[in-house]
Amino acid sequence: MRTLFEKVWSSHVVAELAGGVSLLAIDRHLLHDLEGGASMRRIADRGLKVHNPELTFSVPDHAVATAPDRHADSTPNSSHLLHDMKEGSEASGITYFDLGTEGQGIVHVIGPELGLSQPGMTIVCGDSHTCTHGGLGALSFGIGATEIMHVLATQTLRQTKPTTMRIRLDGKLAAGVAAKDVILATIGQIGTGAGRGHAVEFAGTTIRAMSVDQRLTVCNLSIELGAKIGMIAPDDTTYSYLADRPYAPKAEMFDQACAFWHRLPSDDDARFDVEHVIDASKIAPQITWGTSPQDVIAVDQRIPDPSREADPQRRQAMEAALAYMALTPGEEIEGTPIDWVFVGSCTNGRLSDIREAARVVAGRKVAPNVRAWVVPGSEATQRVAEREGLDKIFLSAGFEWRKSGCSMCAGINGDIVAPGQRSVSTTNRNFVGRQGPSARTHLASPAMAAAAAIAGRIADARKLG
Amino acid sequence: MQKFIRVTGTAAPFVKDNIDTDVIIPAKRLVGHQRDELGAFAFEAYRYLADRSDNPDFVLNQPRYRGAQILLSGENFGCGSSRESAVWALAGFGFRCLIAASFGDIFTNNAFQNSMLLIRLPKEQVERLAAELMISATPAMTVDLQTQTITAPSGAVTPFEVDAELREALLEGRDEIGMTLMREADIRAFQNRDRSARPWIYRTKPQSTRAV
Repeated sequence: MRTLFEKVWSSHVVAELAGGVSLLAIDRHLLHDLEGGASMRRIADRGLKVHNPELTFSVPDHAVATAPDRHADSTPNSSHLLHDMKEGSEASGITYFDLGTEGQGIVHVIGPELGLSQPGMTIVCGDSHTCTHGGLGALSFGIGATEIMHVLATQTLRQTKPTTMRIRLDGKLAAGVAAKDVILATIGQIGTGAGRGHAVEFAGTTIRAMSVDQRLTVCNLSIELGAKIGMIAPDDTTYSYLADRPYAPKAEMFDQACAFWHRLPSDDDARFDVEHVIDASKIAPQITWGTSPQDVIAVDQRIPDPSREADPQRRQAMEAALAYMALTPGEEIEGTPIDWVFVGSCTNGRLSDIREAARVVAGRKVAPNVRAWVVPGSEATQRVAEREGLDKIFLSAGFEWRKSGCSMCAGINGDIVAPGQRSVSTTNRNFVGRQGPSARTHLASPAMAAAAAIAGRIADARKLG
Repeated sequence: MQKFIRVTGTAAPFVKDNIDTDVIIPAKRLVGHQRDELGAFAFEAYRYLADRSDNPDFVLNQPRYRGAQILLSGENFGCGSSRESAVWALAGFGFRCLIAASFGDIFTNNAFQNSMLLIRLPKEQVERLAAELMISATPAMTVDLQTQTITAPSGAVTPFEVDAELREALLEGRDEIGMTLMREADIRAFQNRDRSARPWIYRTKPQSTRAV
């Protein structure tokens, strides 16, 4: 009668503390450049040591430059973050994936890619998109700077158990519909706060038919539903994905792990506190129009009209969003001229995403008014993509082909959209100022972003074929 | 951790839904600034005009709400990124207590770690308090964690619920890391049991070179 979440949670309880708080053991602690070095220093300043350096991995991603000739000192404002993290990691015995090595990349891309993230694990990282790793059946969530210190010092966290929610997605996806469209449509349907306080499990035939990469994209946006935890039960797709990854168990140890993983899926009679059922066969390619991921429509729909909204607060929020985005209610969103296209991020920077974009771009040219970037999610992804010749496809179309990192998703490294400019982006947040002050972000799938780059406008990727 | 017992001070109404952490503190401020400098950048996109002068239309810039220590907001306050800087920026701005219809999950934990009290009230109640602040000569309130009450400018008292354990921790100003370190024997025992049950978790050297 237990859910996937409950099985993983309860098997990690070190002690039940007062007030319904559990002390949870952490299997993998991933550090990135924004808080990594500083957290290690804060621990050292308190006279404490890293409790389990062998379970801790660090990688620079948020603040790194993405120019093809980048190095640790390419971003003068933040290069100290990289040096601090590298030195701190070496001093503590933590594996550090340096720039220019195959392990480097966005922390939520490399975790699954290297096989560091596995089903049934507890995984934490100082980044809200840590929910991504739930696509493999891990219980993973984002934490803040003080919680990072807690994990470094104790390899545990004090957490209150969330309630559970299941989102069942059933049906075969229509042609040209991506995992990104599925999760954006879900957020549009149930709202950006719907998952708050819940651990979400995504289930149903649509999810079962998805590759691991697609599942990672779905779980990545759990936090945009308000849920810090999103999970998908592991299955044969998961096991074959992990089988020969560098950090995954091998031989008999793999069989032993696999036997354990088989017991993780929610029992048939497991009960969830909240259930949603969505017919995924009706989902069309999505594009956001506002400043919250829930402000989303199908690309062939019209921009919503706030005057038809009954709730005055919601109406005001819609009006403010449309004013920020410089869009007119009632008009078609398709055809809106754009300035930027960004393909990348922990949402859509994996190899399959880059292939999906490349299929649309092949043999075509980026519109003259558009700047378009591909930022692979990891160094390894980049190298494989280059072996497949995907870089050539993008470069000859007029895209820039850059080095891995978070780049224009968060703009911390200076990769930003200029004020007032409009971007179609495969990232996760269209918040006010997210991609730069006054930048206007439309979230979409890699194919939709690629189509927009070619058309110079918001375009329906299905029409490009 | 600093104690939180009671705060009396100016309260500011900013009752909007989904105030995200990028709005509270933009990502570019996460690099190159110390924690205690972040208050200057709180709500940056709303707070300043293009020439960096104060935007007079932004509620927190109104003279009557200057120096506010209590903020009222809508649903899902602090949604988005896990940056604890959002809490540091709000604290740097002067806030010690936030009253809203709901809060983002990660933000909730981060606020607690910095002794910032979050109070959840039904949205109608938040709106009523906000409306009262807007017409009060002095928009001041008292939030008392010991009695679990909010005293509005009119003197009207609103009780609030808060998790008992969290309340104790805030009143005492507990050091959670220190408390967990005293559980070291439990942690070791768990890991020893787990090492035999799930040995692969502790095999953390690469076993092959293929990636992607």
